[in-house]
Amino acid sequence: MSARKRKTRHDDGETGYNFAYLDEQTKRMIRRCILKAVAVPGYQVPFGSREMPLPYGWGTGGIQVTASIIGRNDMLKVIDQGSDDTTNAVSIRAFFAKTADVATTEETSKASVIQTRHRIPERKLRADQILVYQVPIPEPLRFLEPRETECRKVHAYSEYGVMQVKLYEDIARYGRITTAYAYPVRVDDRYIMDPSPIPKFDNPKMDNSPALQLFGAGREKRIYAIPPYTTVHSLDFEDHPFDVETWDEPCGLCGATDSFLDEIILDDQGGRMFACSDSNFCTARRADGHTGQFAEDPIEESRKGEPAHV
Amino acid sequence: MYVAVKGGETAIENAHQLLAEERRGDPDVAEIELTQIDEQLGLAVDRVMTEGSLYDRRLAALAVKQARGDVIEAVFLLRAYRTTLPRFGASEPIDTARMEIRRRISATFKDLPGGQILGPTFDYTHRLIDFDLAEPSDDAPEAPLAETPVNDAMPRVNELLESEGLLERAAPPEDDPEPFDLTREPMSFPAGRDQHLQNLARGDEGFLLALGYSTQRGFGRNHPFAGEIRMGEVAVEFVPEELGFAVELGDITVSECQMVTQFTGSKEAPPQFTQGYGLAFGFCERKTMAMALVDRALRAEEFGEAVEYPAQDSEFVLYHSDNVEAQGFVSHLKLPHYVDFQAELTLVRRLRADYEQAHRQEAAE
Repeated sequence: MSARKRKTRHDDGETGYNFAYLDEQTKRMIRRCILKAVAVPGYQVPFGSREMPLPYGWGTGGIQVTASIIGRNDMLKVIDQGSDDTTNAVSIRAFFAKTADVATTEETSKASVIQTRHRIPERKLRADQILVYQVPIPEPLRFLEPRETECRKVHAYSEYGVMQVKLYEDIARYGRITTAYAYPVRVDDRYIMDPSPIPKFDNPKMDNSPALQLFGAGREKRIYAIPPYTTVHSLDFEDHPFDVETWDEPCGLCGATDSFLDEIILDDQGGRMFACSDSNFCTARRADGHTGQFAEDPIEESRKGEPAHV
Repeated sequence: MYVAVKGGETAIENAHQLLAEERRGDPDVAEIELTQIDEQLGLAVDRVMTEGSLYDRRLAALAVKQARGDVIEAVFLLRAYRTTLPRFGASEPIDTARMEIRRRISATFKDLPGGQILGPTFDYTHRLIDFDLAEPSDDAPEAPLAETPVNDAMPRVNELLESEGLLERAAPPEDDPEPFDLTREPMSFPAGRDQHLQNLARGDEGFLLALGYSTQRGFGRNHPFAGEIRMGEVAVEFVPEELGFAVELGDITVSECQMVTQFTGSKEAPPQFTQGYGLAFGFCERKTMAMALVDRALRAEEFGEAVEYPAQDSEFVLYHSDNVEAQGFVSHLKLPHYVDFQAELTLVRRLRADYEQAHRQEAAE
């Protein structure tokens, strides 16, 4: 080998690990599970999840899926809570940059693989993009029935009455369904699926999406998928149709009225602002000249006495 | 400008540097060496090897050093390394009956062939802080040598009982199938005893200790006796395909516990005692005892006992015993959850608005 160290190759001398960390046997096993998952939309396929150098619960399922599908020409984007800059997204992006030497981006439109935790990007995804979700608890029935053996039966017989009863009890008690995130969906009119803890605001984006959606749960050792253009129905009742969160004010930075907003506390006087959780969406809008009330400096603006939403 | 989520990359880098600095501690104090950890904190190394499922004292010592003495973090480091190792094959089953004994006790018989050998145990020490240990000493402690060497023939207590038919026979299942491998396959239920034992062997000592203890206090009692506990060296043998016969790879230290537990019997079979089993790398006696208690508790169904308590519940025990999984999921609560929380916040505000409106209406009526 020349004096210039070769970058990551199949058996890499520099990092000491295979391309994208996992060995090829493991990747093959995971790809088989992904194919099965795509063939049976919404069905949780058990897989031999490996210990990763990141803790279980911190995205090991998503990382294993991404590691199994990513190639040298891919462009990777990693988001957590909608943002490319949150610490864990930074850490996972750095992991792939190191072990796969793969190009990364923050621009949703430029990415071919997007790994996400808790959000779906605001920008509509395309058929040449894959969205990989990190999943903590893949079983939508888990909090109604802790036993895996029982849950498997419920899915097999498609006897989802227990879920309908839970949603009905919400309405009876509170007047509305009280699931705000990880809102259960029915995929391709068959399996009830946990969309991972995305806010229900994002649920409609899963329906009929041109992009392939893959879900990886490392600790629970399950992979599932929504193939492109698949019906994804958020569970509801005729007289209580599914609806999503709305905000009384637009994004304080870019003025968007159609995005999921995070609440940011500005002071201890009740001052607060709302801003897009999808940081790339927000940045792009501001680059296009859109501005919100706090575009300059939220802390300063709020001190000028312009009362933020209280 | 919206700083709340920016700067993650630098923050992480700096935190790691701070961690490295703190791990090293005061540079005026000599840096600890792996041989010191291995030799003088050997039981920590044993536990890390056992729960990390990798027999390598040096690596385990390194993990303990890197983890600043946090045993669970060290187990995690070892596991994450282990999973990347290529597999040449499976060794022959180790034969603990042929163990080079360093410790061997039985609580069920006063004396037995081979005798009782206490070995290097904390048992019967008075737990008084030894202030002499506070300063390094030039006099290395030396134990007296026994007049006669340890007996070569050291039959297992359980085999003595088995031969009389008093104890269920610990035999492999019919056709001796390949054991389940949790490191390659996801958990599957109903789980066989092979899956139970592998899971318990990797399981967290504290978790198993508490579960085992709970069975002693009545939450799934099975009347245990420590039939035999032994610790020492066993040979690991491997049959290379091209040779076709076993070659010895080396010795490893293991601890083993065989519990003699509650008897069963039926119209068809005379009463006999049952067994619980525990095995660990190194000297992890407490772990093997807890493991044996839980192993037996998990066999409740097999013996037609009611499954009523946590220690008897296969799904409960197997899904929650792994401290690498458990610490990961508990610690992930530290990750940002503000999107979920925002969704909940919006919901609760809406529910409160509904509530207020309903009450206002009621008051008006």
